Amino acid sequence: MHRNLIRFLAFAALVICAPQLFHGGYLMNVLLFVGINTMLAIGLNLLLGYAGQISLGHAGFFGLGAYLSGILTATYGWNPWFAMPAAAAAVGAVAFLTGFPILKLKGHYLAMATLGMGIIMYIVFNETVDLTGGPSGLSGIPPISIGSLTFDSDVKSYYLIWAFTLTLILLALNLADSRVGRALRAVNDSEVAARVMGVNAGLLKVQIFALSAVISSVAGSLYAHTMTFVSPASFGFNFSVELLTMVVIGGLGSIYGSFLGAALLTLLPEFLRGAQDYDIVIYGALLMVMVMYMPGGLVRGLPDLYRKLLKKRGGKHA
Amino acid sequence: MLELSGITQIFGGVTALEDVSFSIARGDITGVIGPNGAGKTTLFNIISGIYSQSAGRVILNGDDVSGLPPEKLARLGMVRTFQNIELFAGMTLLENVMVGLHTRSSSGLLACSLRMPWSRREESRIRAGAMKWLDFAGITTLADVTAGNLSFGKGRLLEIARALAVEPSIILMDEPAAGLNSHETVELARLIQRIRDLGITVALVEHDMELVMDICDRIVVLDLGHKLAEGTPEEIQENRDVIAAYLGDCD
Repeated sequence: MHRNLIRFLAFAALVICAPQLFHGGYLMNVLLFVGINTMLAIGLNLLLGYAGQISLGHAGFFGLGAYLSGILTATYGWNPWFAMPAAAAAVGAVAFLTGFPILKLKGHYLAMATLGMGIIMYIVFNETVDLTGGPSGLSGIPPISIGSLTFDSDVKSYYLIWAFTLTLILLALNLADSRVGRALRAVNDSEVAARVMGVNAGLLKVQIFALSAVISSVAGSLYAHTMTFVSPASFGFNFSVELLTMVVIGGLGSIYGSFLGAALLTLLPEFLRGAQDYDIVIYGALLMVMVMYMPGGLVRGLPDLYRKLLKKRGGKHA
Repeated sequence: MLELSGITQIFGGVTALEDVSFSIARGDITGVIGPNGAGKTTLFNIISGIYSQSAGRVILNGDDVSGLPPEKLARLGMVRTFQNIELFAGMTLLENVMVGLHTRSSSGLLACSLRMPWSRREESRIRAGAMKWLDFAGITTLADVTAGNLSFGKGRLLEIARALAVEPSIILMDEPAAGLNSHETVELARLIQRIRDLGITVALVEHDMELVMDICDRIVVLDLGHKLAEGTPEEIQENRDVIAAYLGDCD
């Protein structure tokens, strides 16, 4: 228990010091996206890594949160602090209600149904031009502010977003190591046995689907208020796949793994600038290699690799 | 305790069970036996809410529980184990049994995320309860082992410990001795008797005749979806119909 707390505090300290290490600058913009993507990856991981239910439509919930927050503030003049929970509640309700029929499906069928949901949301963002501005996007979204402090620079936004991300990490760690977290993993390992133990698997799956959507929505709101502009292109199928890649590469069923996956996939494009449109190919290849050689994800694979290397070196010296 | 009346199950034109009725008395160990394909596992799947029967009723402690899902039955005190043990393979033994205390605890998503004081207290109560059942099954030393790494025999013990953690009034065991060696089977027999001594009613489907005759208070024989006989082990051993069903008719 104490070790977990120390690990979290060390991680939080790193997050807080990072802007000093990187002296602000362009990288701050990237690190702020690491925060948003970490939230998204944790949300999806609770569903996929813990409960074992796939979603190929999570970019849609991210977008829905971003648009609802954007529309409520830019068009209707709401304060972002009210728009954000309102968006989260609406997205949660959508996920909860659609979750009942959808999560009755398993495996490939569930993947197809959530894929369909994501596509429908993407089409709605594009076609409801009066509300969303259509393909050209929605601009003029105000940044978040507390009193006279407005989060309008990269460094300020970084701290705002990471305050949310760190809170989410702490809550998700608590949840994972609890009665509910065990029930989720039980459903993942053997749904029938979980039900025999009294776990209402059907309801639990819908609850975690809704929670996961709410987390995505909050991330979407933060995204909208940080960018002050949103367009449908950010919330398409490609991004759903990218989120899935983050979760699998980081490590299914590991909260810190989600951070690693999100960090890797957010930083990678910065190194792959030359590759341009081929980035999705590289993600695909990366996913394949990871699944074949590091099925436990970075969070379990890297320590294993490190131990193997130590052994090898030790062997040579001996 | 448990009453079955007129249980019939038809799978796409094939009648797996037809008009099966019997009752299980509180505190007894009742064995359900029969040749392969007799419908024993189908019957257990119906009683435990995994299948819905085509016709007939299941009465638990006087209440009609026909068609209730397993998670509801668990709350009403009925739990089961599986022929091909269904463990939570990625979790430790302790965590497996802790899931068994799910119905005896209530912290929700929010309380667990916020680690509220009462959910922390509940968590330590769950942990202590789970340790008690690991101890009952004699596998305390393996508490932190991942269940996927267990031998089949230990897996069986874990599955039983986990089921007991639900604090059921009746436990159904589908072929508990399947895949066990003779030493493990003897230990299993003792464990089942200790479960009965706790006041828990036991019903088991089993092929191991020695085990069945040794520990069961009553035996129900199924053959080709029908109830063939019912009685004490002595009565069943002398029943002509049963002998015919198992060994073939000598006439």
